[in-house]
Amino acid sequence: MFKYLKQLTSLVAMVAVLFTFTTETFAAKKSKTLKNTQKKGFVRCGVSQGLPGFSNADAAGNWTGVDVDVCRAVAAAVLGDANKVKFTPLSAKERFTALTSGEIDILSRNTTWTLSRDADIGLTFVGVNFYDGQGFMVRKDSGITSTSQFKNGISACTNIGTTTELNMRDFFNSKGISYTPVAFEKADEVVAAYDAGRCDTYTTDKSGLAAQRTKMTNPDDHIVLPETISKEPLGPVVRQGDAVWEDIVRWSLNTMIEAEEYGVTSANADMMKTSENPQIKRLVGAEGEMGAAFGLDNEWNLRIIKQVGNYGESYKRNIADTGILPDRGPNELWTKGGILYVPPSR
Amino acid sequence: MKFKKILPQFLTLLFIVLIFGFFTMNAQENMDTRGIQFGFGFLKQEASFDIQFSLIDYDGSRSYARAYLVGLLNTLLVSVIGIILSTILGVIIGVARLSPNYLINKTASFYVEFFRNVPLLLQIFFWYFAALRALPMPEDAPLIFGSSYMTIKGLYTIAPVWNNFDVFFGALIIAMIIIFFFNKFAKRKQEEEGKQYPKFLISLGIFIIIPALTFIVGGVDLSWSFPELKQLAKTSFTFEGGLGIPPELIALTLALTLYTATFIAENVRAGIQGIGKGQKEAAASIGLTPSQVLKLVVMPQALRIIIPPTTNQYLNLTKNSSLAAAIAYPDLVLVFAGTAMMQTGRAIEIVGITMATYLTISLSISAFMNWYNKRIAIQEK
Repeated sequence: MFKYLKQLTSLVAMVAVLFTFTTETFAAKKSKTLKNTQKKGFVRCGVSQGLPGFSNADAAGNWTGVDVDVCRAVAAAVLGDANKVKFTPLSAKERFTALTSGEIDILSRNTTWTLSRDADIGLTFVGVNFYDGQGFMVRKDSGITSTSQFKNGISACTNIGTTTELNMRDFFNSKGISYTPVAFEKADEVVAAYDAGRCDTYTTDKSGLAAQRTKMTNPDDHIVLPETISKEPLGPVVRQGDAVWEDIVRWSLNTMIEAEEYGVTSANADMMKTSENPQIKRLVGAEGEMGAAFGLDNEWNLRIIKQVGNYGESYKRNIADTGILPDRGPNELWTKGGILYVPPSR
Repeated sequence: MKFKKILPQFLTLLFIVLIFGFFTMNAQENMDTRGIQFGFGFLKQEASFDIQFSLIDYDGSRSYARAYLVGLLNTLLVSVIGIILSTILGVIIGVARLSPNYLINKTASFYVEFFRNVPLLLQIFFWYFAALRALPMPEDAPLIFGSSYMTIKGLYTIAPVWNNFDVFFGALIIAMIIIFFFNKFAKRKQEEEGKQYPKFLISLGIFIIIPALTFIVGGVDLSWSFPELKQLAKTSFTFEGGLGIPPELIALTLALTLYTATFIAENVRAGIQGIGKGQKEAAASIGLTPSQVLKLVVMPQALRIIIPPTTNQYLNLTKNSSLAAAIAYPDLVLVFAGTAMMQTGRAIEIVGITMATYLTISLSISAFMNWYNKRIAIQEK
C-alpha cells in the first residue's frame, strides 16, 4: 500500500513538472519580473505623489492619469485585469532608487528620458507617453509676457531631483541673467511658496505648470509664458536587464497609441476583430501570434484597448476634459500634425 | 580562564563581521545584476546645478564635492546658530520657571509645554509659511533700524565691506592669545599672593583696543554696503547689495531654537533645583556675596547636572536641521542627499557619505561636551 502511494506521488509530481514545462513558455521563464508579477497577481507601479492629469489619487484612493494608464495597460496585458495594479507614490528623489532596488517594476511618473539616466543608473526607458518641455509661470499683474523680460536678481521656485534644476541653470546662464534658485523637496511646498510670493517665477515642465496652476489660490492670477526652454520627453521606465519585461511595457504603450491611429477604441474593439484591415486585426489579437514572444496569450492587446482605451481616450479623459491642457500640441498623432509615431505591431 | 573571557567577545566580533560581509556582498551582487556601478569618481564631475545660499564661492560649474561642502557648511551654520540661541533662550526660560513672580513663571511654563509638544516639522512649516504670508513684499517693506528690510524674500541688511580684513583678523587672534596668557597670569597671582585683578574688564579692553589699533596703523578700513530696492517687473521687486538672509534660514533657525530651548530650559531648571538649599546658606554664611554664591557654589554644581542631557539636545538640534529640505533651505540633505543623488543616481555612495558626515558632526559635539563636562566635574578627594 505504502509502496503504491509513493509511486503515485512521484507520478503526479512528474506530470506536474511536465505540465509546467509545456505551459510556461520560454519568454516567461526568461523574464523574472513577468513571472513574479503573475505570481503576486498585481503590477507594482511607481507614480507621482499627485500630479493632476498624469498620476493623481482621488479621495477614495483611486488613481487616474495618463501615467497611471500605462501601468493599467500592462496589468491588462499580463494579468487580464487593468485594476490589478499596486501604486506606490514616489518623490522625484526616491523614484529611481525604488525601481533599481526592485520595490516597483514600472516607473510611470512624468520622468524625462535623458542620456545619462538611460545609460548610467541601471534604468531603461521604453518610450514616450507625453512630449513636454520646461516653461515658466509668473503672476499676471507683473506684466511679464515673455522670458526676455526677466532681469538680474529674479528668484525662481522649483523642486529638487528633476532635470528642471539643470535646465534652469542652462537657460539663465545662456541669457546671462543672475538668479536665485529656491528648490523644495516636494511640489506642494513649491506651489505654496510661489503662491505666497516667495518667488517671482515658478518653473517646471509645462504640463506640470498647467496642472499645478489649478491648485493656486486664484488660478487666473497666473500665466504660463509661451517659451519652452527644454525638451522633456516623459515616459515609463523599467529596470535594466529584463529585456522581455521591457518589451511588454514598451508594446503596451505602443498598442494604445497605434489603436488610436487605427481608430480602435474601448467601445469598438470587439467588433474590430472582423475588420478587413489585417493591421487592425493584429491589434485586437484576431490575426498572428503577437503575444507569444512575450509569453502572453493572443488577446493581450485587445484587453488593453478594451479595459484602458486607446491613447486618445486616455488623454481626453485625464488631461483634456479636466481642463489641464485641452490642446494636444505635439502629443497629437503624426497623421494629425503631432509627433506621436510608434513602430507597427506586426 | 583567559580563553573563556575572550571567546564570547571573539564570537561576537566574528558575528558582526559576517553580518556586514553578508550585507556588502548582497548589495554588490544586486548592483552587479542591475548594472549599477560603484565608486566615488562622480565627486569630481561638474555639478551643473545652482544653490540658493552658500557660505563659500559656488556655482554650477563647480564639482559635486564642492556642492557637498556648501551643503555641509549650511548645515553647520544653522546648527551653530541654533545651538547658541537655544542655549541662551533655554537658560533664560529655565531660570524664569523658578521665578517667584507668578506671571513670569506661568509664561515660561506655558512656553515650554506648548513648544515641546508640537512636532518640529509642523513648527518649521508654521514659521515658514506663516512668515511668508505675514511679511510684506519688498516694495512695501519698512526700513528697520535705518539699515534693514524684512521682506517675504528674506531679511536684507547692511553688509560690511572690508579693506585688509586679514590684518584685522590677525589682530583679533593676537588679542585672544594675549587674553589667554593674561588670565593664566592673573590666576597664578591670585593663588600665590591673593591679589585680584578686574579680569573681565582688562580682557575686554585688550579685545577691543588691539583690533581697533589696526584701523589706525594697519590700513584696515570698514565701510557698509546698503541694500537697494530694484524693480524686476511691474509688480515684482527685489533688493540688491547689502547682505541677504533667506527666509528659509530664518524660519528654520527660529523653529529649531524655540523647540530645542524648551528641553534645555528643563535641563537648567533641573540643574538648579538639584542643588541643596543648605549649599547656598552655607556659602552665604562664610561671607560670599549673592553673585559669588551663584558663580562659585551653585553654577559649578548645577552644570554637572545640566551638561550631559544638554549635549543630547545639541545632537538632536543638529540632526533635526535635516528637516530643512522641506522648506528649501539648502542643507546637506537637500543639496547632497537630494539634488546630487538624483543627478548622479549614486544612492549608496551618497547616503553613505551623508551618514558618515552626520556621525562625524555628532561625535565631535559629543567629544567636545564630554571634555567640557570632565573639566567642570567636581574632583572628589
